Amino acid sequence: MKAIVCVKQVPDTSGKVAVKPDGTLDRASMATITNPDDLNAVEAALQLKDETGCEVVVITMGPAPAEGMLRELLARGCDRAVLVSGREFGGSDTYATSQILAAAVKKVGFGEGDVVFCGRQAIDGDTAQVGPQIAEKLGLPQITYAAEIKKEGESLTVKRMLEDGYMTLKVKTPCLITCIKELNEPRYMNVAGVLECYSKPMDVYDYETLKDDPLIETDTIGLQGSPTNIFKSFTPPQKGAGTMLQGSEKEAAAELAGILAAKHII
Amino acid sequence: MAEYDCKDLAAFKGVWVFCEQRDGKLMPTDFELVSEARKLADEIGCEVWGLLLGDKVEALAKELGGYGADQVLVCESPLLKDYRTETYAKVICDMVKEYKPEVFLIGASNIGRDLAPRLAARLHTGLTADCTHLDIDVNKYVEFLRESSTIDVDSQQFDYDNRDLKMTRPAFGGHLMATIICPRFRPQMSTVRPGVMKKAEFDKAKAEAVKVVKPAFELSESDCETEIVEIKKAAKKLVDLIGANVVVSVGRGISKDTEKGIELAQQLADALGGGVVGASRAVTDEGWIGADHQVGQTGKTVHPKIYVALGISGAIQHLAGMQDSECIIAVNKNESAPIFQAADYGIVGDLYKVVPDLIKQIEAVKA
Repeated sequence: MKAIVCVKQVPDTSGKVAVKPDGTLDRASMATITNPDDLNAVEAALQLKDETGCEVVVITMGPAPAEGMLRELLARGCDRAVLVSGREFGGSDTYATSQILAAAVKKVGFGEGDVVFCGRQAIDGDTAQVGPQIAEKLGLPQITYAAEIKKEGESLTVKRMLEDGYMTLKVKTPCLITCIKELNEPRYMNVAGVLECYSKPMDVYDYETLKDDPLIETDTIGLQGSPTNIFKSFTPPQKGAGTMLQGSEKEAAAELAGILAAKHII
Repeated sequence: MAEYDCKDLAAFKGVWVFCEQRDGKLMPTDFELVSEARKLADEIGCEVWGLLLGDKVEALAKELGGYGADQVLVCESPLLKDYRTETYAKVICDMVKEYKPEVFLIGASNIGRDLAPRLAARLHTGLTADCTHLDIDVNKYVEFLRESSTIDVDSQQFDYDNRDLKMTRPAFGGHLMATIICPRFRPQMSTVRPGVMKKAEFDKAKAEAVKVVKPAFELSESDCETEIVEIKKAAKKLVDLIGANVVVSVGRGISKDTEKGIELAQQLADALGGGVVGASRAVTDEGWIGADHQVGQTGKTVHPKIYVALGISGAIQHLAGMQDSECIIAVNKNESAPIFQAADYGIVGDLYKVVPDLIKQIEAVKA
C-alpha cells in the first residue's frame, strides 16, 4: 500500500515580489517554499502511514534545485522521492503538467488501497487544475477540497468543502484527493528525520524516462505544446493617486467625513 | 455520435455556459455567465446555450433565457440530482462531443473548479482558471487594454481578424495580469469567478422564448465511482460580501490586536450605513477571520458603493477583488503602500486611531 503525494515548489508570493523589466516574474531572486496546500497533502499521506504503515512517495516536477524541497519532505517522514525534471517539460501549462505528473505517478505504480494526494492549488498560479487533471489522465476518481479523510477498509470517506457547507463522499481506492489547509496541521521535521533524509532514495525522471508512456503526448508538453499560451501579460495602470488627506489622524478623519457627506456617499 | 476532433476549429460553434444548480436552485453566477456569454456571442454572431444538469430541473431553464440564453440543454436523471465529478463529467463531455461549442464557460465555484479541469483533460483542450475579463473581438480587447493596462496600445500591432477567446486573469500570485489564449484546440474553456461579470437586465420575453432541448444521454449506476453520504449546509450564515453596499476590509495591519481591528471594521461598516467585514488573504490565511470573508483573486470579487481597506498593502491579487468599487478609502501606516494608488481617498496613519475618529466624525455629519 502506498500514498503518493504531488508537490510543487513555488516562489513565496506572500513576501516581496520581484518583477523583471519585461513584466515577467523574477523567480531567481525570490525565496522558494513548498506550496502551502501541498504540505497538507504531505501530512495527509504521513497520517495514512502512521495508521497503516504504508509507503509515502513524494513527487515534484521542477528544476534541479527542487531536490532541496524533496529532501526536506523526506525529513518530515516521506520514504522516497521522485524529481521529474527536464528541459522539455519547462513552460508547461496545467494540461501539459498533469500528463507529465500522471506518467510519473504511473511509473511509481499504484493499485487498490493506494491514494494520490495533491494540494488544492499552488499559490503562484491559483488554478486548482492539476490535481483533477492528473486524476482524469490516470482514470482515477477524485475528491477535491478535502477537509476530513477517514479510511475504512479499501474505501475513503471524505468531507469535501463547498462554499455553503460540505458534502461527504465515499470513494474506493485507488483515488486522488486534493487537500485544503483545514484538513490538518502539517508536522515539522525532527532530528532523526533530518539525519535520515540524505540516505532515503531519490529518483530523477527526465524526458527519456517518461517519453514512451502513452500519457505523454509529445505535441502537448512544454512551452510549445501547452494548449494554453500567454497572449499578453501586463500590469494594471495605477488609478492615479486619489486624494491623500493630510494633518493629524483626527483632522484627516474629519475632512474625509465631510467629503463623503458633501458627495452624498454617506 | 458524430466524429469528434478537438483540432478541427471550424467545426465548433456557439458559446456555452455550465449552469450549476444546488438543491434544485440555480447559482447567481449562472446569470452572470449567461449575460457574459451573450456579450461574447454577439461579438461573433452565434448562439448562447445553457447546459443544465440535475433531477427535475427543466423549469429553471426559462430564467436562463431571461438573461440571454437562446437554448438550454437539460439533462435530467436521479443520478444527476447532486453534483458528482464522474457523472457530470461523463454527461457534459458527451454533450460537448455531440454539439461542439466554440467557447465553454464554467463558474469558478468549488464545484466548477472540480469539474472544469476534469472536462478539459478529457476533451484534450486548454482551460484558463478564474478569469476576470473575456473578449473575442480584438477591437474590444484593445479598448480593454487601453483602459486596464499600462501597455501603449497605439504602438502595438494587433491581428484584428483573430477570433480566439482572450481570457484575462491575475497571474503569478496576482502580481501581474495575463491574457491567455487556447489557439489550437476547441472548446476554449474558462472558469469565471462569481461576482466578476455583470448580470444583464432580466428580459421576460426572452425567458418565454428560450428553447428547451432534452437530449438523449447515457448514464447508469455503473458510471458512479463515489457515493454521496451526506450534504450539509453550513449552520453559520456565510457573510454576503458580494451583495453588500459597504465592505470594510482588514489586512495584516490589524496584527497588533486582531479582535479589536475586526471589531473596529464592523463598527465603521455600520457607521457607513451598514455593511460587512472583508479581509485580505493574509488575514484569512492566519485564521484571524473565516475564509468566507476573503476579498481578492482567491477570495471574492466585490463592487460595493464604499470599500474601505484598513491596514491592507494592496497586492494586485487583492486589488483584483475590489478595484471596481465605487468609492475606495484606504487607511495604512505606510505612505508608499500600493493600496493608495487604487484609492479615491487615503489616510496615512494608525488604523486604531483613525477608525474611531472616523466613526465619530461620520456619525456627527450624519446627525
